[in-house]
Amino acid sequence: MKPILEVQNISKKYRIQHLSGGYLSLRERMVNALKFEKNNVEDFWALNDVSFSVNPGESVGIIGRNGAGKSTLLKVLSKITPPTSGSIVSRGRVASLLEVGTGFHPELTGRENIYFNGSLLGMKRFEIDSKFDEIVDFSGVEKFLDTPLKHFSSGMQLRLAFAVAAFLEPEILIIDEVLAVGDAEFQKKCLGKMEDVSKSGRTILFVSHQLGMVGQLCKNALLLDRGKIVCQGEVNEIINVYTNSYATSNTFVSKAIDMGKSYIIQQVQSLNNFSQVTSNFAHNEEIVLEIVFLATQLLRNTHLMVSVNNRNGQRVFSSDKALDHVKLEMNLPTTVRITIPKTTLTPGNYTFFVALHCPNTMGYDVADNICPISIYDNGSEFVQYENKWFYGDVYVSCKWEFKSEINAS
Amino acid sequence: MAEPVEYVIESGGHKLFQWKELWRYRELFYFFTWRDVKIKYKQTALGFLWAVLQPLFMMLIFTFFFGKALNIPSQNLPYPVYVFSGLLVWNMFSTGLTNASNSMVNNASIIKKIYFPRLIIPVSSILVALFDFLMAFVLFVMLLLYYQQPLSWMAIILWPAGLIITVIAALGMGSWLAALNVKYRDFRYVIPFLVQVLFFLTPVIYPVSMLKYPLLQYVLACSPMYAAIELFRMPLTGLYPDTTLLTISLASGLILLVIGLVYFKRTEDFFADFA
Repeated sequence: MKPILEVQNISKKYRIQHLSGGYLSLRERMVNALKFEKNNVEDFWALNDVSFSVNPGESVGIIGRNGAGKSTLLKVLSKITPPTSGSIVSRGRVASLLEVGTGFHPELTGRENIYFNGSLLGMKRFEIDSKFDEIVDFSGVEKFLDTPLKHFSSGMQLRLAFAVAAFLEPEILIIDEVLAVGDAEFQKKCLGKMEDVSKSGRTILFVSHQLGMVGQLCKNALLLDRGKIVCQGEVNEIINVYTNSYATSNTFVSKAIDMGKSYIIQQVQSLNNFSQVTSNFAHNEEIVLEIVFLATQLLRNTHLMVSVNNRNGQRVFSSDKALDHVKLEMNLPTTVRITIPKTTLTPGNYTFFVALHCPNTMGYDVADNICPISIYDNGSEFVQYENKWFYGDVYVSCKWEFKSEINAS
Repeated sequence: MAEPVEYVIESGGHKLFQWKELWRYRELFYFFTWRDVKIKYKQTALGFLWAVLQPLFMMLIFTFFFGKALNIPSQNLPYPVYVFSGLLVWNMFSTGLTNASNSMVNNASIIKKIYFPRLIIPVSSILVALFDFLMAFVLFVMLLLYYQQPLSWMAIILWPAGLIITVIAALGMGSWLAALNVKYRDFRYVIPFLVQVLFFLTPVIYPVSMLKYPLLQYVLACSPMYAAIELFRMPLTGLYPDTTLLTISLASGLILLVIGLVYFKRTEDFFADFA
């Protein structure tokens, strides 16, 4: 099977001009020509020797930090801007959705905008005619079809824009971050529609910062960094590489060790399953918290407490352990590993609270808001609500029972 | 429907116009024109009437000042007929040129997000001017009937010819300026000035024969609009324009068209980066 898209050694160079505004003016050109000094122009490689190929029906996620070259890659693939070198062979109709509602005009009515936008996206007039009712139905704005767009709420405009895009039927669909907007319910509808598209054998290239969405929609992914492909492969592996690449050290080290304390927390850090120090975890990954402490005195009824704080600093849950039956050596560091089971915490940012204390009496050493970690979604059942709706800090597996009342009269 | 499309995207390599591709996107010409015509008269009480009122008032003003007050000769035509026939063609040109020159910048947000042959934009913006022309043309015919102006049968050929030359002139200069405008926004300020200068250099409100120096006539003939207006008026006046002057004007129109289109094509790849 021939790949539907073959990208060979694509590079894209931009020239950055310092000290000038966004665009050239003749005056600047002339002044620069008169000056004998070299133009203060710097070359910037937005894409640097990128090669990959995509098979028909494959859905590929493109991830990377801001400025990694994702959007430039999509622009080159959709012929908006030519590559500086390299070539792309494409074996199918390409439609790109770099923005929803491109060409929407506030003075045109909903109906008129559907036609104009659809035709811009590459639909033929008869195609729009035949899908018109479905588009309107999908958008849910049929009441306002003959109202100028400027009287639409922004949500309605978005729905209309998505609806047109949802009915594109190209062989290759290129999507840039467009699903990041819109309300949860509508987003779910779009995601479902896109899954249908990929199931129907069409090829999707998808850029998003919402890793959960990439995980759900794509089988494969490639990771870009500073214009180069870092790695490509199975989507969850790539997401893992990506999140670990910017994981910062979150190790907490006690600054001034006060030897007057009976118990001293020396170091706290979070580890993944492979005992690597990291601050990024997938929601379905175990989180190991490693605490190193020192006892200068062995006191009765001492407990070690660990709590998780959510993004607002509220306690999510705590785990407390009496140390009376734990064998400790005085003045020698003790290492404790506490494992939080996978799928406990929902995606988001958390910090820890660690305390060595005597319950309700005194705290020997306390460290709060330490060891920040972030948990990302790589395809949970809540992915559709990502960044849309706060569904709590913990996952709970509930028992559901349904009963239908049968009228036995 | 789903014919296999295989294409290669490469750097550089300016092929000339890909007519096949333009043909594939033919519906976009219609949609862009349709959109601009709709937008132009949205939320106006008089709507399309403006396309007629503007040249009408212009004609009245010119008739009063130049026809009555200054008594400018008008090749044996009633001055209103003379000036309106000129304005009709001239407005088509000036609106088309202005629209086309600003069209790429005005549609920058679309250019940056979606691919289609870029030439569609300036061409459609000239087609919008054609719409205004047709509206004003109706008024022109009424004016001819009012003055019971004799008309040569040659109008069937010469009017469309004049119109085609006008479109060529607007497209040549318009696509050139549109491309330049993307890169250097200075041209945004040059365009109205240029249109104004060309207006006085073109025999819209006065005949070239008024000029005392023949050399000056040759200079004026360099404007492609000279031929358009002279040919358009010929069926009315029955006067044959000077063949040399006509040839110069036609040649300049064609040269400008080639320069404009080639420059547009050579820079179009980078519109998305500069817009």
